[in-house]
Amino acid sequence: MDRAAIVGVGTVKIEKRKVRETFADMAWQAVNGALEDAGMTIDDIDNVVTTSSDFWDGRTISCMAVGDASGAAHKNVSCVEGDGTYGAFYGMARCLSGSYKTTLVTGHSKGSESVSSLITNCAFDPIYERMLGMDMITACAMQANAYLHRTKTTREQTAMVSVKNHGNALKNPHAQLPMDITVKDVLDSEMIADPLRKLDCSPVSDGCAAVVIAHESVAKKFRKKPVWIRGVSLCADSFFFGDRDLSRARSLTEAAKKAFAMAGIKDPRTEIDVAEIHDAFTYQELMWLEEMGLADESSAGRHLEKGEYNIDGRLPVNPSGGLLSGHPVIAAGLYSMAAVVRQIRGEAGGFQVKKARTGLVHGVNGLGGQSHCVWLLGDR
Amino acid sequence: MTDQFKGIEPMVYESMINIPYSWWAGDTASRFFISLRDEKKIIATRCMTCGKTYLPPRKSCPACFTGDTEWVDVSDEGTLLSFTVARRQFASIPRELKAPVIWGLVKLDGADTALLHYLGDVKPEDVSIGMRVKAVFAEERKGTIRDISHFRPVR
Repeated sequence: MDRAAIVGVGTVKIEKRKVRETFADMAWQAVNGALEDAGMTIDDIDNVVTTSSDFWDGRTISCMAVGDASGAAHKNVSCVEGDGTYGAFYGMARCLSGSYKTTLVTGHSKGSESVSSLITNCAFDPIYERMLGMDMITACAMQANAYLHRTKTTREQTAMVSVKNHGNALKNPHAQLPMDITVKDVLDSEMIADPLRKLDCSPVSDGCAAVVIAHESVAKKFRKKPVWIRGVSLCADSFFFGDRDLSRARSLTEAAKKAFAMAGIKDPRTEIDVAEIHDAFTYQELMWLEEMGLADESSAGRHLEKGEYNIDGRLPVNPSGGLLSGHPVIAAGLYSMAAVVRQIRGEAGGFQVKKARTGLVHGVNGLGGQSHCVWLLGDR
Repeated sequence: MTDQFKGIEPMVYESMINIPYSWWAGDTASRFFISLRDEKKIIATRCMTCGKTYLPPRKSCPACFTGDTEWVDVSDEGTLLSFTVARRQFASIPRELKAPVIWGLVKLDGADTALLHYLGDVKPEDVSIGMRVKAVFAEERKGTIRDISHFRPVR
């Protein structure tokens, strides 16, 4: 099979409220960042995939708000609704189709401009579930209870995810919430929806990220050493909330297994050097690690306690600070991807991990990880 | 470049997306809601291939991709699989309800999947996974999921 690589990344600083930047302003900055990173001009891009959500953007055909700023004029442009990793998947598929050589993929959102509880309530089935009034936070809180109950993971352990990731963000100039906090701070923070406290939850954020994906025939023509896409897979679980065993992520297990196989990774626990994982809520980092097979069942909390997921640990997880330190929905997965690309290039600055040759990127779409996208990136 | 907006509040355009929408519930959901409304009975669909009973009911089996399903009655009692308690008055919570609001996933006896609903007649601190609960029907029923008022603990 042909191969594709990531040859450019651009991100804007994640902020609580970018009141002076429109969607297009953010996209302009991220896209130009990615082009400069790749040593490209917009003429080197032969097609564009934007990632956005009509509901979050308060309009239909939300991709049109960023088309001009993404240089999509006269090019084949298409939009994906969902996490940025899904947009990147489509972008990669276009590069591998034979029709295109370079795809520019963007993802943007401004959580600050809407009422996130009302937006995420609309992810529930309108006939059977929506009028009950749940949203993303309460859905994930219910999942957290199910996961903690099944695995006996402790609140102290989940709190440590928040301590670690906010601490990592101190070294990431693009993070929104760098914080030096303690487990006690997390456990004393406001209860939002049992068992999730304020510091267990990612913030409302604004941001935009862009990546350039290139076919292998051109990947080495640009400024930076290509970061190769070694494996990728996405998989979705049942639509109805009550059809799933909420304490598990069957679709993640499946997606990870396929992505590892495609990358030729036999022992993911020793072959992966760094991971950026969807940590919209603290428990998720531990749950996803277990469900991906990167930790034994019910054991991720204990590995975390031993420091194994720290920047200098056995498997650094979310060294960028993760989504807990800034969560622009939709763009999130592209931020994770950009962070892993920078790790593999050795350009992650203060949050650089040692010997990052193979990295894992994980994106999520839907309530409580209804759908998962897993990427394996590498230096060869 | 000088900052032309220095000392000036950025202009924010206040608006709203508020668009009425009428969903056709479909014949499967219609039959389920009519049964709740008129008979206070909870009905589900069973797949003739895998034998799994789905609640809420489906016209086709999500696992087997077959439309060969039959209607079955399920109990109004079941087991709580998980729950949460909203401590804040989230914007998504219906206006007449005040936090703390408790939601639960209830696997009714006879069903293989869980129904999302409210828990009531119980304090948040007394709710636990695995507890037995029973449906309480609304006095006034209009053919919606809220024809079940909530689930209460079985004492």
